[in-house]
Amino acid sequence: MARAVTTRRKIISTAAAWLAGFVIFFPILWMVLTSFKTELEAFAVPPSFLFFHWTTENYAAVQQRSDYFLHAFNSIVVAGGSTLIALAIAIPAAWSMAFSPTKRTKDILLWMLSTKMMPPVGVLVPIYLIYRNLGLLDTLTGLTVILCLGNLPIVVWMLFTYFKDIPKDILEAARMDGATIGRELVYVLTPMAVPGLASTLLLNLILAWNEAFWTLNLSTSQAAPLTVFIASYSSPEGLFWAKLSAASTLAIAPILVLGWLSQRQLVRGLTFGAVK
Amino acid sequence: MATRQTQLLARTLMTPAVALLLIWMIVPLALTIYFSTLHYNLLDPDSGRFVGLDNFRYFLTDPAFLASLLNTLVLVGSVLALTILLGIPLALLLDQPVMGRSVVRLMVIAPFFVMPTVSALVWKNLLMHPVSGLFAWIATLFGLTPIDWFNDVPLLAIILIVSWQWLPFATLILLTALQSLDEEQKEAAEMDGAPALSTFIYITLPHLARPITVVILIETIFLLTVFAEIFVTTGGGPGLQTTNIAFLIYSQALIQYDVGSASAGGLVAVVIANIVAFFLVRVVGRNLEA
Repeated sequence: MARAVTTRRKIISTAAAWLAGFVIFFPILWMVLTSFKTELEAFAVPPSFLFFHWTTENYAAVQQRSDYFLHAFNSIVVAGGSTLIALAIAIPAAWSMAFSPTKRTKDILLWMLSTKMMPPVGVLVPIYLIYRNLGLLDTLTGLTVILCLGNLPIVVWMLFTYFKDIPKDILEAARMDGATIGRELVYVLTPMAVPGLASTLLLNLILAWNEAFWTLNLSTSQAAPLTVFIASYSSPEGLFWAKLSAASTLAIAPILVLGWLSQRQLVRGLTFGAVK
Repeated sequence: MATRQTQLLARTLMTPAVALLLIWMIVPLALTIYFSTLHYNLLDPDSGRFVGLDNFRYFLTDPAFLASLLNTLVLVGSVLALTILLGIPLALLLDQPVMGRSVVRLMVIAPFFVMPTVSALVWKNLLMHPVSGLFAWIATLFGLTPIDWFNDVPLLAIILIVSWQWLPFATLILLTALQSLDEEQKEAAEMDGAPALSTFIYITLPHLARPITVVILIETIFLLTVFAEIFVTTGGGPGLQTTNIAFLIYSQALIQYDVGSASAGGLVAVVIANIVAFFLVRVVGRNLEA
């Protein structure tokens, strides 16, 4: 017997949930609204919520004031590049750990997890100096490498938890039919692994896109991704709220969409499979 | 039924990932340890002298260290408390029959996807500005004096911003856990006439113990190194009021160019993080067996 849900209870919880959701989402909504105001209206007291002169001039101004597309391009290269490289390194590792585990597999996994625990600030000094000496400061290569290494443990872990869920009997059946390891990988495993691969890709794109420790410390202008670009608005000279809002909206919009698509995998990825 | 050949292959496939992570972990850490024993300032040509543990003595007895350690603890503790105490009711609410639940879910998790520099600047200016911010306007509506957030209560301002970013994470994990709670168990309790409160205390809360632990541990790891939010809003100030350990090390390294002392600080941060990591690895490791 299903629990009877009274209409009254449903209405109350619906109202409360929508209210809570609205309050939490409000800063983002407010930012988007502000991005369509003039600078004067953005500062206005009392604020106007919907009835102001809507304008898209800020979006044009953001590109002129500081090269928005350059930084967006940097973000795409760094986030995309680091994620793809990390996947290329992690797929074989996770595959072998999931399908031919040894006694030490668990230890290796936990050790990888522990490298993620190292606070970045603990190795800021040597990384900064190495980068300075190698001329990697403020380069796309430098940022891509550091974000790739930083996210590698999460990528291995996520892939491992997905691969582990693939039934092993299927492999044995394929082997009995005389499939080689290469064919097994291409025709049997890959199709089954695609959903896991996709969500790993998505989550790591998000993490790399939003990374704001290494990007702030290792890049300044030429290679600066959007995180650093937005930070440049913190100087008093750059305090234009409408333009800040427009730049911010542009910076978070693509990732918000990806994030919403990947929300179910988020829990699994961020808890290293501890909560599914 | 792994043959020798597949085992060899497995090991080969694992090598790049393991080797890279090993280098990534050992080289910078070894250098940090090495630098921490040197008198090493980028502005001082007389650098490179071995000074033993002087940097640690300097870093640990610096009043800034105690202040920033305290700020770090307050920041981590407050954000944990806020996200969990708000996350539990929020997750319970979203677990109810709610019309348009998927839309509400999207709104609730959205802050997690906003890059830290954006959320910090939007909060600092659009919401918390003492004159033109939305909070100031709301305060005047109620006849209150607007709070000058970043001058009067700067650490609280940072705590609120960071909590806003992490509330979705806590809520989402608790909600996922709630949804795996056996519906029949709750039903049985209800049929036995158990009041909602005792159902919550005796059935729901014990079920949430594990996910709450996971939330605490993972958030702690990230919260110990909050950086961008401080970097773009207060720069650690006023005074040292919003300087946490991560920001202190950053400013010693890249503002004062004191590599030796910053390295010593970095090692202190590593030790603190490892204490947390020790517990997290145990919780996650237990899960691997199951």
